[in-house]
Amino acid sequence: MSNNVIRTDAPPTRAAQRTGEFAPELQLSVDHDLCPGCGEPLALRLVLELIEELGYAENALGVVGIGCYTALGSSIGVDMVQALHGRAPSLATGVKRMRPGTLVFALQGDGDMVNEGLQEVIHTAARGENVTCVLLNNGVFGETGGHMTATTVLGQRTKNTLGGRDAAQHGHPISLAEMLAPLGGSAYIARGSVHDAPNIVRTKNMLRRAFEAQLAGEGFSLVEILTMCPTGWFVPTARGPGYLDEVIGAVHKIGEIKERSR
Amino acid sequence: MTRRLMEGSEAIAEAAIAAGCKFFAGYPMTPFTELLEHFAAKLPAAGGVCINAESELEAVGMAWGAVATGARAATGSTGQGLALMQESFSELVRAELPLVVFNLARGQFDYRQATRGGGHGDYHFVVLAPLDVTEAIDLTQRAFEIAERWRNPVLIYGDYLLAHTAEAVEVRAQGVTVDVKDWRTDGTGRARGGPRHISPIGMQAGIKGIDAEEFWQRLQAKHERIAAAEQRFEAEHCEDADVVVVAFGSLARFARHAVRELRREGARVGYFRPITLWPFPSDALVRATAGVKRIAVLEQNAGQMIDDVRLAVLGRAPVIAIGGISTDPHGFGIGTFFDPEQVRARIESALAARSAA
Repeated sequence: MSNNVIRTDAPPTRAAQRTGEFAPELQLSVDHDLCPGCGEPLALRLVLELIEELGYAENALGVVGIGCYTALGSSIGVDMVQALHGRAPSLATGVKRMRPGTLVFALQGDGDMVNEGLQEVIHTAARGENVTCVLLNNGVFGETGGHMTATTVLGQRTKNTLGGRDAAQHGHPISLAEMLAPLGGSAYIARGSVHDAPNIVRTKNMLRRAFEAQLAGEGFSLVEILTMCPTGWFVPTARGPGYLDEVIGAVHKIGEIKERSR
Repeated sequence: MTRRLMEGSEAIAEAAIAAGCKFFAGYPMTPFTELLEHFAAKLPAAGGVCINAESELEAVGMAWGAVATGARAATGSTGQGLALMQESFSELVRAELPLVVFNLARGQFDYRQATRGGGHGDYHFVVLAPLDVTEAIDLTQRAFEIAERWRNPVLIYGDYLLAHTAEAVEVRAQGVTVDVKDWRTDGTGRARGGPRHISPIGMQAGIKGIDAEEFWQRLQAKHERIAAAEQRFEAEHCEDADVVVVAFGSLARFARHAVRELRREGARVGYFRPITLWPFPSDALVRATAGVKRIAVLEQNAGQMIDDVRLAVLGRAPVIAIGGISTDPHGFGIGTFFDPEQVRARIESALAARSAA
């Protein structure tokens, strides 16, 4: 048996290493109070790693919306402004116009960005604001306990679509990245995911390109990140990544959608 | 320096820019539109930014972001547009951000909106109601100082007459000092000893969780200090008055004129004008109306400020309404009783009512 295989029938040969022990400098807390299997801490970690890697630790600002991830806000080790539900892109606009040299990002969920604040993100993209919006898309209102959002896929069971989202009754999901890509003001649009290691690396590269587009003054950038929400999907924790890949990812397809500079 | 003939909209924009305002965002609506036009024309040349927001929601959001960086920033609309901003207004108070907001309103229908608001929770803006263009210049510049002193938004409540009446005025920076605010979130917090977080629920960098009650109690204590410190008013001829007329904003200018005229003719009538609608100058009103037989409230609505007058005097004197709904066919708030003769007649009726009583 290879050393790489984790044996479960015997005590571990070395002490467990918590991922928190490798947390980026800008992550002020190594643990979180969100549900087991939640994808949002992973996504935030990528953002914070990148700010550090790009050399913007002392010149970066995040605008955080309202959702489960808001609880992670206090662990953000750069300046932060907490917005109302849906309004983060406008706040980011105001910050960026006063501080054009600052790396500015908005962190919002699908309920925040696609439901409550859809017009804000569309106008911000159309205006070509040099800000990066990060959409944490799990297709559900996690904070209220698993209710339908504008990105919930057809057939997905939520607490207010008990028989699964039905197009005739509940309408169709919005794929935000594809909606923003045709706008003249958007420079970089991509959809990543944190359901497995390759996609985490890929998503970090997407975020890097988005930040680089912002810093080069190319215009608006969006990275939509699919995140696991086993609690809101009513699946076992370990089933989260698989459900994301097979159910959510089948509709909201992972990949780069628009890159102006290439 | 020479005076220049300017309508209120232009004078307010110039006053704000002279006070160091670097950001404005707005969405057009009569009679606020010209204020937006003047900011759009003048602010870029002064090194600032004016954004034509896609809606009032975006306008207040952009201004929220701008003021969070420590820059002096403002937004505005009419009362209808401000209705859309109410959610953000209550959050801006709790985020303790010194935003200045202009309501160039369609009349005086927005007294309750200005002083009570439609947002969530216990909160207040400081509300300043200028009488004329000269005072609007002064109050606009003070608004930025008051907002920063308390880290609380300030609302300037004007109307169509203020926006569009041209007066010969001089605009200059009146001892303006723009502090570099340590609390600002402009991206540089980490280089200044640690990240700064601005949150309307009291979230702090590096501290897990919040203490909601402690947070709300602290803000309430601050509101009580603001209420004690910021009351402003103007009073004339109240000492021996039988009737004191209470009015605010443009309409108070008509009331003051009529009271002066009636005084010259021997009537025992006084005039009281709240300059701050919140905090309402209750103690001053009680003093000004100590010996009166009657208090007559002249306001251009169905009776909104009259509640604050009654709360202030607590039954010490009868309080009657001599105003009412009065507007033009378009609803821009140009009331037909914005007329010296009509205002005088309404005040005379209050004096006569006392005699008959």
